[in-house]
Parts: sequence; C-alpha cells; structure tokens
Amino acid sequence: MLETFQNLYLGFSVALAPAVLLYAFVGCVIGTLVGVLPGVGPLAGISLLLPATFGLDATKALVLLAGIYYGAMYGGSTTSILMRIPGETASVMTCIDGYAMTRNGRAGPALAIAAVGSYIAGTVSVVALMVLAPPLASFALRFGPPEYVGLLLLGLLVLAYMSGGSMRKSLAMAALGLLLGMVGLDHMTGFLRFAYGVMELGDGIGIVPVAVGLFGVSEILLSAGQATPPEVFKPRLRDLPPSRQEWRDSWGPIGRGTVLGFFIGIIPGSAHVISTFVSYALERRLSKHPERFGQGAVEGVAGPESANNSATSGSFVPMLALGVPAGAIPAVLMAAMMVHGVSPGPLLIEQQPALFWGFIASMYVGNLVLLILNLPLVGLFVNLLRIPYHFLYPAIIAFCVLGVYAVNSSVVDVLIMAAMGLLGYLLRKLNFEVAPIVLGVVLAPLLEMSVRQSLAMSGGSYAIFIERPIAASLLLVGLGLLLLSLWPLLRRAGDWRRAVGLAGQPMFEEEEK
Amino acid sequence: MNVWTTDRLAGAGLALFSLGVIWENRKLPMGTLREPGPGYMPLLLALLLLLFSLLIIAAAGEAQRLRATSWTEWRHAVAILGICFFAAPALERLGYRLTILVALAFVLKVVERKGWVATAAFAFGMSFGTFFLFETLLRVPLPRGPFGL
Repeated sequence: MLETFQNLYLGFSVALAPAVLLYAFVGCVIGTLVGVLPGVGPLAGISLLLPATFGLDATKALVLLAGIYYGAMYGGSTTSILMRIPGETASVMTCIDGYAMTRNGRAGPALAIAAVGSYIAGTVSVVALMVLAPPLASFALRFGPPEYVGLLLLGLLVLAYMSGGSMRKSLAMAALGLLLGMVGLDHMTGFLRFAYGVMELGDGIGIVPVAVGLFGVSEILLSAGQATPPEVFKPRLRDLPPSRQEWRDSWGPIGRGTVLGFFIGIIPGSAHVISTFVSYALERRLSKHPERFGQGAVEGVAGPESANNSATSGSFVPMLALGVPAGAIPAVLMAAMMVHGVSPGPLLIEQQPALFWGFIASMYVGNLVLLILNLPLVGLFVNLLRIPYHFLYPAIIAFCVLGVYAVNSSVVDVLIMAAMGLLGYLLRKLNFEVAPIVLGVVLAPLLEMSVRQSLAMSGGSYAIFIERPIAASLLLVGLGLLLLSLWPLLRRAGDWRRAVGLAGQPMFEEEEK
Repeated sequence: MNVWTTDRLAGAGLALFSLGVIWENRKLPMGTLREPGPGYMPLLLALLLLLFSLLIIAAAGEAQRLRATSWTEWRHAVAILGICFFAAPALERLGYRLTILVALAFVLKVVERKGWVATAAFAFGMSFGTFFLFETLLRVPLPRGPFGL
C-alpha cells in the first residue's frame, strides 16, 4: 500500500508539472468539443489529433489523448440532454430521460447530475485502475504465445457476444477485420501479402485510416443531407443545482453505475456503450416507480453517465497491464503509445513508472478539470451546435483528410480512409456493426504471430493450447460464450442481452444523430 | 428466398469477398498444419468469413427488407466520397491548402448550393487556417504544392 502511495506521489509530481497540466486541460477541452459535436466521436477525435502529438514526449501525448477520451464522455451527455442528439455513442441512453428532464424544465439539474456522476465515477474508477493494473501486469508476465492466443480469441468472442445484433454478424465483422489485418509483410517469412506492388501496404493497413474511415467518414456520409438539428435549450448557471430529492435519487445509481461501468470496461468490446445499457436496465429494474423512466427520471441520467465514465478507466486496465486493447478506442491509444516508442503491457509499469503513474495521476486531475469546465461553460459548448451542419461536415471531412495523411504522410492512407468510409457507410446502412473490424485489424498480427510461435514451441502440436492451464481456461470461457449465444436459438429462451436492450438492435451504429 | 433483405445483401457481399481472398491466397505458400506458412492464416480467416456469411444469409429472412432501407442521403454521400478520393492523389500534387480549398469549395457551392462569398470565405478560412494551425504552430508536416502553396 505504501508503495502505491509512493508511486502515486511520483505520478502527481509528473501530472502537476505545468506543461503536463496544460496538455491535460487542452485534451479535456478538445474532448468536450469532440463529445458535443455529432459526427466526431472520441475515436475519430483521438485519431485526428494523433499527428499533433508527434512533437510531444510520450507522457504529454498520452495525457492529451486520454483527456480527449474522457472529455468526450463528458461532452457527449450535453447534447443528449439538451437536444436529444448523442454526441457520441455512449450517450444514447442519456437521451431518453435527460431530454425528458429538459422538456420538463429540469435541464440544469440533469446536466449537473451527469457532470457530478461522471466526476465521481471517473475518480473512483481511476482508484480501481491504480489498484488492479499492477497485480494484473505481474500476473501477465506468465503469459506466453499460447496464453495470448487464448486471450485474443476470448476478447473477440466477448466483443461479438456483448455487441448489439447477432453474434454471427459480429463474428463476420471480426473475421473481416482480421483479414484486413493480414495485408502486408509476414514477419516470420518476409512474404508480402495482398500488397499488389503498393509499397505503403508493406507495413499493413494502419489503424488510424481504418478507424477514421469506419467511424468518422461513414458518420458524415450517413448524416449529411439529413434534416437540420432541433431547437437548442440553453440553461443558465443558476438553474443548474438539483433539488434535494434529485440528489437523493441519484446517489445509488451513481454508485452502482461506477462499479458496473468499471468491470464492464475491462471486458473487451464497446464497453462504455454496453455499460450504459446495462446500468439503465438495472436502475429501471430496481426502481419503485419504473414508469417514471422515459418521462424524466434522474436515475436514468445518473446511472448511465456514471457507468460510461467508469468504463473509460476500466478499458485502460487490459491495455496498460496486458498490452491488449479492450476496444477500438484503446486500440488507437495503444497505437499512439507505440508511435511514441512506448510498449503497453506487463513491463510498462516496471520500465516506465513515471509515464504510467503520471498518466494515472493526470486522470484524477482531468476529471476535476472536466467538472469545473463542464458546468459553468455548458452554454459556450452548446453554441457549437448552432453552426449549420452544411458548414460543419465539410470541416470535419477536411480534418479527417488532414489527420489521416499526417500520421504517415501517405496518400495511400487517405485512399484507405475513403474506402473504409464507403465500407462503413454500407455496413451501417445494412445494420452491421463496425467496431469488431477495427479490433480485428489491430489484433490480427499479434494473433497470427502468437499462433505460429505457439506451434513452433510445441513442434507443431495444437495440444499446447489445452495443455497450458491459463490458455485452456481462456479458451474454455470463450467456448462457453459461444454456447451461451447459441442457447436462446436452441431453447427459444429469453436472452438476457435482449432484456437490457443489447440484442437484436444495431444500437451502436444507428442511434439518432 | 426471393425477397432481398439487408442481411442477405451483406451476406452475399461478404461471401463474394471471402471467395476473392481465397482465390488470391493461392499465390502464397500455405506451409503445413504443423508449420503454417504466410497463406495459412488468411485462408483460415477467409473460410471463417465465408462460413459466417453463409450463416447470415441462411437467417436473413428475419432481417429488414432492403426496400425499407432509406437511401435519401446518397447524393451527398457520393459527393463526399468523391472529394475523399480526389483529395488523396491531389494532396501531393496541389498541396494541402489548394486541395482542401478546391474540395470545400466544391461541397459548399455544388452540393450545398451556398453563395460565392460564403463559399470562398469558408474554403479559404478552413484551408489556410488549418494549415497555419497544424503546419506552422503544431509542426505537423503537410504537403506544399505549386508556388509553395
């Protein structure tokens, strides 16, 4: 315990350095803007700002990008509450009761509860991250290639199981992503695969053009030409404080959302989105007056908003401790770390303690900055939504081109972004999810390398995957999930995912924008 | 089976893609089961994708009818995609500022039918403003075109 405090002291000495503090602040402001603007989610926001961090050292770059991530989680709630437009996907559930509260003249308290809930969840979950990541990293030192195969396959299966819609569609998307990840040099033999003479494809398809294309460009393709946004409510500062009853009703959902969000965040998948659905369903189930949900129940804002912020920290656990991203956003953050010469994984905490603990401490600071920033300045951020969309979307496209080109100074990346934009647009029109594609592209090289290294270790015997207890356990859990997903088909029984709104709905992609 | 649903169309597209990958994969050495070569994993993944595509097609009857899908935004989508595909080769020939200037002017004037003044002000402001912000202030290398633009 003493060691943890010493490490945290080291972290704060890094995070409170004026320059790092400035980047945390800038990240939070940009993140809030990204969250407020429909069409630019945290994933596209982080990808686009990645080139701007090239001149920074790894700590500042990571603090800035993480600030964008959790800033977007805060900012997304503002448009959900005031306009019923989720700024990013994790705010979909907040729209329901948040906007109803606005219609009832309680916009200020809804924003205040969302901000306070996010702050509490963000801070508590960072404590959990701090406690959980180091022991998990020590445990992960026992992982060899077979264990990584088990972990990566489990990750993909969990993502497919927890995602909205059918598992076969999610698995098809994951397979497509893995296939795209096969493009480029085979590191074991030096063979170029599917490169067709294009030199830039030798290094494979980059995560940034894939992410920006599938999320940023496809969103613009879907939303450009649509109807203009609805009226913007602009709350005054004096309207913000919630009533005593609203505070009382919110503490329970904030606490439950925090715990739930953190543990769902650790699980691979679109964790922050899933956590909001589960939190909303849980609060409705626990409420003595479930009929209030949908009519402006403050619990419907407090729970999901806390859950999505807590899940943000939770998703950093596997990324920092295992070097395995839990979703598309941590995957891009991981790519950013690698660009700066930092290898996330079990050795990160030992080898770069100042970076790891500085990052943790900056999250405490960032959460406080966001609380201070979001409440008094909410009117300012909302003004952004007054920019006509026919000016906004061309600007976003220009940023997409700029951001993708700048990563590698490669026009091929811009072409890949455009192709991925088209693919994402078509898939989303056809009710498919695109998040598994991004994760597949990231995991493909690691998965292939781990499989082939495992076989080299065992002299070609596939039994290595079941002879080693950790690998066998991970694969067994994956198999269990596969069978669980088949169970409702066989028995026509109720699927718990349907009960919380996860199954059969293309919720991540088709939410109202 | 005669009704086209969203899943049936997507499943068919994915199946065709996986067959294409399997065809292309024949150029790569497969190795053996015990010692996989560079073509092993792509083939395995393409077969998996084919399997999932067929499963999607098999259960596609419950999906939304293709006719019920609205494509009202397709003109905007085509124009925006056209701009992205134009920007890629143009960036290193015309430079960042001219490429973005032309692209934004096209969107605002041709697609959104805005006035000349608004179009020019926005396109100039965005292209030169973002260049100044990213290239000059943040030191992100961006390409220059003719006359150093």
